Amino acid sequence: MTSRGPAGGRGPPRIALRRLRSNRPALAALGLFVAIVVFVLAAPLWAREVAETGPNATHTVEKIEVDGERRDVVTPDGTPIGPVWLGAGGKFFLGADGRLGRDEMVRLMYGGRTSLLIGITAALLTTVLAVVLGLVAGYYRGWRDSVISRSLDVIWAFPVVLLGIALGTALAVGGLELGPISISSGSIWIPILIIGFVYTPYMARPIRGEVLALREREFVEAAVARGAGPLGVMFGELLPNLWSTIIVFFTLAVANNMLLEAALSFLGAGVQPPSSSWGTMVSSGFELIYSAPLLAIAPGVLILLTVLALNVFGDGLRDALDPRSKVRLQFEAHTGTYEPEEEVA
Amino acid sequence: MAPFVVRRLAGMIAVLFAISVIVFLIFNVIPNSDPAQRMAGKNATPQLIANITEEWGFDEPLPEQYLKTMELIFTGELVSYSSRLDVDEEIRKGLPATASLCIGAAVIWMFFGILFGYLSAMRAGRLTDRVLTALALAGISMPVFLLASVFLYYLTFRVELFPSSGYVPLTENPLDWAYHLILPWTTLAVLFVGFYSRVLRSNMLEAMNEDYVRTARAKGLDERRVMTRHVLRNSLIPIVTLFGLDFAAVIGGGAIITESIFSLGGVGQYAADSISNLDLPPIMAVTLFGAFFVVLFNTVVDIVYAYLDPRIRLEGGRQ
Repeated sequence: MTSRGPAGGRGPPRIALRRLRSNRPALAALGLFVAIVVFVLAAPLWAREVAETGPNATHTVEKIEVDGERRDVVTPDGTPIGPVWLGAGGKFFLGADGRLGRDEMVRLMYGGRTSLLIGITAALLTTVLAVVLGLVAGYYRGWRDSVISRSLDVIWAFPVVLLGIALGTALAVGGLELGPISISSGSIWIPILIIGFVYTPYMARPIRGEVLALREREFVEAAVARGAGPLGVMFGELLPNLWSTIIVFFTLAVANNMLLEAALSFLGAGVQPPSSSWGTMVSSGFELIYSAPLLAIAPGVLILLTVLALNVFGDGLRDALDPRSKVRLQFEAHTGTYEPEEEVA
Repeated sequence: MAPFVVRRLAGMIAVLFAISVIVFLIFNVIPNSDPAQRMAGKNATPQLIANITEEWGFDEPLPEQYLKTMELIFTGELVSYSSRLDVDEEIRKGLPATASLCIGAAVIWMFFGILFGYLSAMRAGRLTDRVLTALALAGISMPVFLLASVFLYYLTFRVELFPSSGYVPLTENPLDWAYHLILPWTTLAVLFVGFYSRVLRSNMLEAMNEDYVRTARAKGLDERRVMTRHVLRNSLIPIVTLFGLDFAAVIGGGAIITESIFSLGGVGQYAADSISNLDLPPIMAVTLFGAFFVVLFNTVVDIVYAYLDPRIRLEGGRQ
């Protein structure tokens, strides 16, 4: 083994990795998250090989053979078949989703793809926006900081769900055309943009605070003395020191994004038909809450498990990357509480 | 004190103005279609669209449009073109139910949040702490509608323990009022119980290392006193700050899902129903009033804070 650094010490990433490896709940959470990702990635395979149907294929008047007995997928009075598990060779494993008689299991797997895709893409968007805004505001200070900080304050003043609903409903009718960007009203890019935008202040503010502190350190002075320009300092010196914050925040942001996506979709201001996500599935499942409770509960449980896994893993990451961290980066999905941290003078 | 209040109020007015501009932009400018058509909703006849264009000034320059829009909202003349109902009137009717839900839930979440956080910190690392921490994590990861659907199915349908919907005014029958609200209160509170207990636990663990705690022990106070009088009391300050923010946000729009699931007939349900009909005028009004309420409430909290704690007004405000 080659020695790293003075006296063969280990670099910070390796120390963090070792700490993470001894944190069993965090590892279990990571395992759960990976399992969920595999579950949704396997959607086409399950649909083709086991269920032999697609997520949007309807089976309204069909009958299937369950343990040798022929049963309606949807009874004449409109009740969908319940879970038949492996009784029909994997078809309608979790039953049908309602009057249309679509395969609930297949829909869950495909719906999860939308939910995860939105959660992750929106978190990427938030991260990029927040890092750029935080770097510019914290590095330049002065009027740039004032403009950015005050703008973020205004967005922050809105309750998260409310701002999401306002944007979601307004754009659900018209679609979006902003300069070169043109998005039609049913696109899942609309919830992605909305969620990414709504959470930006919650990440940009702590990053700005951290940049304000970092820019006073000697290594920044050294870089300036070497002749590094503003961009060189921001992206070459400051950004590498923000990674641990960014990684932790990103993980927690995916969790929060998924909750917000579900909330917006549940209300009809998020993912629009014909696309479906776990949120839209809960919403349509609620119509049959007393006759087929599984339809609302199953996607809800999957959201809970995914979000829980990400929250536990994110906590573990934070402990591993900076065990003395006093900055509590908690933000919370339903109302968007952000715990104000101490401002760096 | 006076300069602080003036400064804070000036800041508040600026934020309120910015919020109203953003709401205006979101509903009338950013989306890519005829705003009159969007506002008209489902039964958009050419005549109605022409009327709306005239009334909202959609053929005039943007500043004019902004003024006309605000005039409609704040003079109470805004109507939903789908339901033909007066929007401000509907919002006013929903307020008692929304306030009942939010205040009750807030009492529950503060009580259990502090209780669980305290127990967790006292037994840090032991079984009680682990169980409570796991529950808290589940609480903050819980989608509101999952808890609501489990409650609805098991507690109102399988076992008919609670009513599944409806709101009974407090003045009519206080017992029935509470009985109808128990499930909604619990649903709304669980998330915050998890969140607050976690924050309180870590605050308390941090406070336990402070010098004043050592001093308190050194002067011979018994452990219980040290914990409640010194550690807990000081750890509650950030919780109170958080509470101000959360409570405003919940009233201002955080309870929409809970309200609509349990059909409480409050402002949130009105908003939810409007969303499913894509009826924009009520959503616009609820968004604006919700955000305004959050800002006003936070300003009041800030001023009260500054009155109680002189350090804040000298340093220029909480944040």
